[in-house]
Amino acid sequence: MGNVKRSPWLLHYDGSSCNGCDIEVLACLTPVYDAERFGIINTGDPMQADIFLITGGINKSNQEVVRQLYEQMPRPKVVVAVGVCACTGGVFKECYNIIGGADTTIPVDIYVPGCAARPQAIIDGIVKAIDLWQEKANNPEYVHAMYESHEEKEEKEEKEGNK
Amino acid sequence: MTYRVIGIVAFLILAPFLGGLLSGIDRKISARMQGRIGPSIFQPFYDVQKLLSKQFIVVNYAQIFLVVSFLATIIVTGMMFFGGSDILLCFFLLSTGATFLIFAACITNSPYSNIGASRELFQMLCYEPAVLLACIGFYLATGSFNVSDIIQADLPAIIKTPGFFVAFVFILTIKLRKSPFDLSASHHPHQELVKGITTDMGARTLALYEIAEWYEHVFLMGFVGLFFIWKNPWSYLLAVVAVLATYFLEILIDNTSARVKWHTMFKLAWGVTILVAGVNLIILMVMA
Repeated sequence: MGNVKRSPWLLHYDGSSCNGCDIEVLACLTPVYDAERFGIINTGDPMQADIFLITGGINKSNQEVVRQLYEQMPRPKVVVAVGVCACTGGVFKECYNIIGGADTTIPVDIYVPGCAARPQAIIDGIVKAIDLWQEKANNPEYVHAMYESHEEKEEKEEKEGNK
Repeated sequence: MTYRVIGIVAFLILAPFLGGLLSGIDRKISARMQGRIGPSIFQPFYDVQKLLSKQFIVVNYAQIFLVVSFLATIIVTGMMFFGGSDILLCFFLLSTGATFLIFAACITNSPYSNIGASRELFQMLCYEPAVLLACIGFYLATGSFNVSDIIQADLPAIIKTPGFFVAFVFILTIKLRKSPFDLSASHHPHQELVKGITTDMGARTLALYEIAEWYEHVFLMGFVGLFFIWKNPWSYLLAVVAVLATYFLEILIDNTSARVKWHTMFKLAWGVTILVAGVNLIILMVMA
């Protein structure tokens, strides 16, 4: 599939974060850390993004939004949960409206712990995500498959068979 | 005739590389102006290569047809220009291409895309007068609309048409989607519009759009260079220097200004066009 490693585009979504991690994510793009030198663009558009960076836990209002954003991203895609809230729910875990970490809704590939996660840790997580992304891109069957998973494929085929 | 064929073929093959490099240099210089290291100057090529290898997703299949038409019209525009044809016709064709792009943004349901499309229409309203006046300026200065005649003139067009040149460089900021006037497709740091007209384009469609932009930029820079070319062969060197200086000026404007509202864009664009190009037009008409 060729080398895609040089141009990872990020989609950053703030779940129910306290904004601590979001400020650290933005800090990665400032002149001190300059993540853009690796070709990273913080795009706002899921249809053009490669790496889904999620901060904060999942609550009942944003669960559908997170799922939809994930589904709108073209493969190959990688999900990075930044901060302890996105990993497990963190200090908000017991709240009545919180479902838990990002992995309760979408498959998470890389976990970056910390409260708030430091820019060094975030960049480290993204570098790991880029390697995984390249690995996924090397598998054309995965990239150009019609369905998200084997179960979904069977489900859809069953529906079409009934028609 | 041979020169025309060489021009057409050279544009077709070299323009994407030149356009991509210009855009890469743009990002590098912008990063340096902001105190960052910035990506490699080949970054736009990496981006397009990546976009083309992504999964194919599309919101509306008609969008692909419209974006491919946008790309094709821009390529034909540039081929006509570098083949020595009529500049007026080139710009009519360029506007047709822009219309395809607006339709491609309109047919999706995303509100960001629709707002981007309506703003793009407004941008066209702002820059078209200056573009048409620039073509008329060439006619008054050299007596022809044809590129092949303009480059054979005794004097460079810029001597008689400095006002038209200033107006054209002013609206070039709109055409190149640079900061004070990037209303329709915002750059990545400002996200109130997400990506404007390109919001609902899937990764592969966006790659076609990027390539079309490279062709368009090379065509526009060629038009800037046309102001400095006369029958002296060394004038081509002057034209290249002028093009690079203009592009640097655009990057500088991009990095030192915040986005304006459409009211301001309209007043500024038409104000500059009527004042500078209009006065130049009157002077040329009186002298003739």
